[in-house]
Amino acid sequence: MKHVISALVENQPGVLARIVGLISGRGFNIESLNVAPTQDAGLSRMTMTVPGDDRVLEQVMKQLNKLVDVVKVTDLTQRRYLNRELALIEVAAPAKSRAEIVGLADLFEAKVVSVQSGSLTIQMVGEKEKVNDLIEMLKPFKVLDVSRSGVIAVARGEQVKP
Amino acid sequence: MKTGAQCIIDGLKRQGVKTIFGLPGGSVLDIFSELYHSSLEFVLVRHEQGAAHMADGYARATGKVGCCLVTSGPGATNTVTGLATAAMDGIPMVCISGQVPSSMIGNDAFQEADTTGITRAVTKHNYLVRNVDDLPRTIAEAFYVARSGKPGPVLIDVPKDVQRASTDKTTPKELSFRGYRPAFEGNSKQIARLAEAINKAARPLLYVGGGVIAGDASRELTALARKARIPVTTTLMGLGAFPETDPLSLRMLGMHGSVAANRAVSECDLLISVGARFDDRVTGKISEFATAAKKAHIDIDPSSIDKSVTVDIPVVGHAKPVLQKLLPLVDKGGHREWLASVNAWMKEFPFSYDTKSSQLLPQYVIEQVYELTRGKAIITTEVGQHQMWAAHFFKYTKPRTFLSSGGLGTMGYGLPAAIGAQFGKRDALVVDIGGDGSTQMNFQELVVAVEHDLPIKVVILNNGHLGMVRQWQEMFYKGEYSASVLKTTGRNRVENIPDRKPGQYLPDFVKLAEAHGAVGMRVTRQSEVKSALKKAFSTPRPVVLDCVVSENANVYPMVPPGASLIEMVHSMA
Repeated sequence: MKHVISALVENQPGVLARIVGLISGRGFNIESLNVAPTQDAGLSRMTMTVPGDDRVLEQVMKQLNKLVDVVKVTDLTQRRYLNRELALIEVAAPAKSRAEIVGLADLFEAKVVSVQSGSLTIQMVGEKEKVNDLIEMLKPFKVLDVSRSGVIAVARGEQVKP
Repeated sequence: MKTGAQCIIDGLKRQGVKTIFGLPGGSVLDIFSELYHSSLEFVLVRHEQGAAHMADGYARATGKVGCCLVTSGPGATNTVTGLATAAMDGIPMVCISGQVPSSMIGNDAFQEADTTGITRAVTKHNYLVRNVDDLPRTIAEAFYVARSGKPGPVLIDVPKDVQRASTDKTTPKELSFRGYRPAFEGNSKQIARLAEAINKAARPLLYVGGGVIAGDASRELTALARKARIPVTTTLMGLGAFPETDPLSLRMLGMHGSVAANRAVSECDLLISVGARFDDRVTGKISEFATAAKKAHIDIDPSSIDKSVTVDIPVVGHAKPVLQKLLPLVDKGGHREWLASVNAWMKEFPFSYDTKSSQLLPQYVIEQVYELTRGKAIITTEVGQHQMWAAHFFKYTKPRTFLSSGGLGTMGYGLPAAIGAQFGKRDALVVDIGGDGSTQMNFQELVVAVEHDLPIKVVILNNGHLGMVRQWQEMFYKGEYSASVLKTTGRNRVENIPDRKPGQYLPDFVKLAEAHGAVGMRVTRQSEVKSALKKAFSTPRPVVLDCVVSENANVYPMVPPGASLIEMVHSMA
């Protein structure tokens, strides 16, 4: 089971290293990780996708909570939440297949953000699974490069107070 | 306006620091210059690892926050083992390290190390102070973090320019943390559930760890055990939390625990853990640990609950308030049958050794230390066989009298810890029990004891081996003593060391002690031990007593690694 963990942390130098160090040092895995400031300049939100059973997750959350710089940790998978991921995908697109690729992007409500001779760059925003699906669909055309933001997520309709 | 260096000295005084252990260097000269004019007592060590262990020993003996001060680069990296030792055992410490000037950080400057990066995993928290305005608050925060919740070491890294810069900021009246709120009281409903479980239990057992000592809850624990008539076993870290002379004491449990304690764990119907963390050296094979019991766990650290053993009644809180709330809710206990069985096991299987041996046995030496001090001493240990014997053959009746590296198992801890403890407890008799291997690891610190007239006693159980390694090799590695021999004879071929004079032990600890300015003595026979110890204890100077003991003594009973607690090995035979 994959869990999406959201952590509000003090916006201090070294916090990212502290959290990543804790997770790797205790033998947990992170599948994706995203860090950015919040509306409060003093706080950053980290969104992590962590594979593992409930027991592993409980330890990850408890260990994170122990860190002095960590203000709040939530396992969003236990709640109503929204998750999104942004992907930039460059796909080979000779003139003959261009229309088909654009059509595919349209189906996913993805956008062509750059056109090169021989390739297109597609911007996709959506749930992680949808992003996975689009990349799968594009594979036959030869995916040249992918950059993904990692999942970001928020709880729905409950204000997460710092 | 004050300089950063002044803020540090003032901050330490404000926190009640009296004694600082450390060693100067280029990046901390401003602080040392300030220290020169202050009322603080500074203890100049000979290696920074010693400073960290002294601060740790001071903290364990007194309950106060230990403090050390070191320079950048190697000064800071030398404290890493000491910080890790304190972190594993939850010991409150603040370590201040100098750092190269801010503008040089990241440039591979002389004596630069990424100290906060290196120490992140071995501290409870650490700080790199980039602005002198943050310094007064950071020092106050560091001490609060070190001593609150589950205590631990905190490091403050201060670049040289920050020490020299000036600020008008002062220590804030109140500290505010958005993310650090250690739980204190314990949930009343959970405590009531626990009380109910205790009142229903036929075969309850208290399993007590260092948290009871750190949380100053030894009196409450003793009251609970005596009121509800619950036998008590402690971890190595918990020695002294409950008087081992009490008929309810089953002594230590775990890998080298007593038969009675380990059987009691396996047969109890309610296991109440207080301030212990179900460490692998305690539980043995986890799937067979206390299978018959409902388990309760009182701990200040939420992450230690359900970490290795799933518990039925968790209580997150400090041991003292939790036990205070619990005490009136429990019935006066009988548990006659249960107590009769555990007492019978205690009688049948006491910690023992071959008292008829003609050789000088290490256990005998410790037994004599116990008898001659009448148990009134602070014992520190190094790590290995002697550490286990010090747990077996000395009975601890008071908290903060057994100081030992439990979690990390740091050889070289005991001697500097004894010095730190003696600084904190000037009137106590402080005895470091060591082996010949580990005592050498920080022997250089003996000069500190000599300089400061600290009458610590170092009792070396010299068996010419890394004894615990030798024991494991004997038991589990076909008796192939790979690199565990310290004598000059019988070394393994791979070491390429020719046999010298038979029986020669290196170093000569008597001469070594004398070279450091201490008193050196040696015993080789049982008949000499008592008088040598008497002499050592009545000498008002540091004494090293080299006890040349049997090479083959092993620590029993023993639960082989990976086995369950009931599969104890009592002897090689």
